[in-house]
Amino acid sequence: MNFLDELITNPGITKALPVALMETLQMVGISGVFTLAIGLPLGVFMHASGPGGVRPMPATNRVVSIIVNITRSIPFAILMVALIPLSRFITGSSIGPIAACVPLTIGTVPFFARLVESALRDVDSGKIDAALVMGSTRMQIIRKVLVPEAMPGLAAALTTTLVTLVGYSAMAGITGGGGLGRLAYNYGFQRFDTAVMIVTIVIMVLLVQGIQWAGDAAVRRVDHRNAASARPGKVRRPEPDTAVGI
Amino acid sequence: MITVTDLRKVYQQGNREVVALDGVSLEVPKGSIHGIVGHSGAGKSTLVRCLTLLDAPTSGSVSINGAELSTSRDQDLRTARRRIGMIFQHANLMDSRTALQNVAHPLEIVRTPKNDIRRRAAELLRLVGLAGFEDAYPSQLSGGQKQRVGIARALASDPDVLLCDEPTSALDPKTTDEILALIQELTQRLDLTVLIITHEMHVVKRVCDSVSLLAGGRIIEHGPLRDVAANLGSELSRTLLPLPASEPLGAGAVLEILYSGERASAPMLTSAARRFGIDLNVLAGSVETLAGTQFGHLRIQLPDGADPAPVAAYFGEQGVSVRLAEKDAV
Repeated sequence: MNFLDELITNPGITKALPVALMETLQMVGISGVFTLAIGLPLGVFMHASGPGGVRPMPATNRVVSIIVNITRSIPFAILMVALIPLSRFITGSSIGPIAACVPLTIGTVPFFARLVESALRDVDSGKIDAALVMGSTRMQIIRKVLVPEAMPGLAAALTTTLVTLVGYSAMAGITGGGGLGRLAYNYGFQRFDTAVMIVTIVIMVLLVQGIQWAGDAAVRRVDHRNAASARPGKVRRPEPDTAVGI
Repeated sequence: MITVTDLRKVYQQGNREVVALDGVSLEVPKGSIHGIVGHSGAGKSTLVRCLTLLDAPTSGSVSINGAELSTSRDQDLRTARRRIGMIFQHANLMDSRTALQNVAHPLEIVRTPKNDIRRRAAELLRLVGLAGFEDAYPSQLSGGQKQRVGIARALASDPDVLLCDEPTSALDPKTTDEILALIQELTQRLDLTVLIITHEMHVVKRVCDSVSLLAGGRIIEHGPLRDVAANLGSELSRTLLPLPASEPLGAGAVLEILYSGERASAPMLTSAARRFGIDLNVLAGSVETLAGTQFGHLRIQLPDGADPAPVAAYFGEQGVSVRLAEKDAV
């Protein structure tokens, strides 16, 4: 039986693979949404409460920062196992892709929040000064200056986070989450089914490439910082009215 | 009108106290343009930040048309700040917003109705000569155009005061003059009170009605442009009407004279030469029109052995400022 035949006859590929892919997409999708929903405000808070932020809160900032660092310093494989009781509490089960979303989200939120924090830090303080002089409230500065101006960095941060999630989801698969990780482990490792292993790897590579490509496209779309990336053709450019046209 | 009274700012740097502003007071009447000049480190940046209360002054007060800024907190401060439009050296536009959206920004903050925002922002862009650039992003604009958008944005909240922090320091000479002309035009048209902080004397010569010299956190010279220029020997006069370095010819006494207005055209040098029967050498000179008045600043040398006192007295009688040049200044 050659490799091509196996692609269409091996039940590991024809039956288990589509299910596993769906589970992986489910895990990445759901925890991606929650990571964004929790990590973005957390990252904004860490920036805003930090030194030089719009609302410095040194003590709170330090506590949050320490918690984030602790979570980030625990290897994901261990975090995942340690959080099984929490997963059961939240989702009613400790196995399956939905249950795996709990440790996945908790594992990636601090990572994403740090990336958000650093993207916000890149926003020129002169822009914040300009908004302050306009009479902006802190919330208006966050919503109208910090987040929009950091959008290219935020889009890139989300892309990196989703790619990380794909990797984490494969790990989560082995301890009961399902998905491509479990497929590759069960078939490829435990049954020596090389074809399934190879196909799984190819799909994971394509998945990551796809996410990165979509992410890069999103970054280009929201990035107006230099003339090359600001979509040309939409702008009328008449002669500047230099002679003080009043 | 903007009034600054005894503004002080002390920074704590480790155990050291750094006095950045040491009792700055100034008053700019409505409709006029006041320049604040000084070298770097003189306290210009601190003054700007204290005027807008981006940094809280240690003591002293800032008020606009009698409304006190420095004691205001949060909501009041935000409202008060809207009376100040500010222009920055690097425009500080939002890159994610088009020109129109940038001008609309201050209007969004006060929740102006959407239709009004668009109309007003487009009108402001037209006012600064950027009609047709509504949908351009800052990255697609030149430095001068960005600054125009910055000016339009500063005017969006209909401020009484326009605060300009090094508005032309990042621009080339031609664009500088265009932006200055725009600021001047808008000042008259909208009856603004303008404060320009700059290190470029050119800006002062070009648009300012009055000027202050900031050094070491204090205003050491100030007054209407005409008066400070006419004050021979003062630092502002020297920088407004600079004389190039020159070599004296021989051992004769060297005089510096400064004349202004209608006397500029009077042939004083020749009349003095005739009167005293001596030849006068012009070593260096600077003739400029400032605030509509012509000024001349000359360094002249008398022949060897000629007594400078009667010559100086004669110039004095003619209403010309005169002094013996310091040896090292020659």
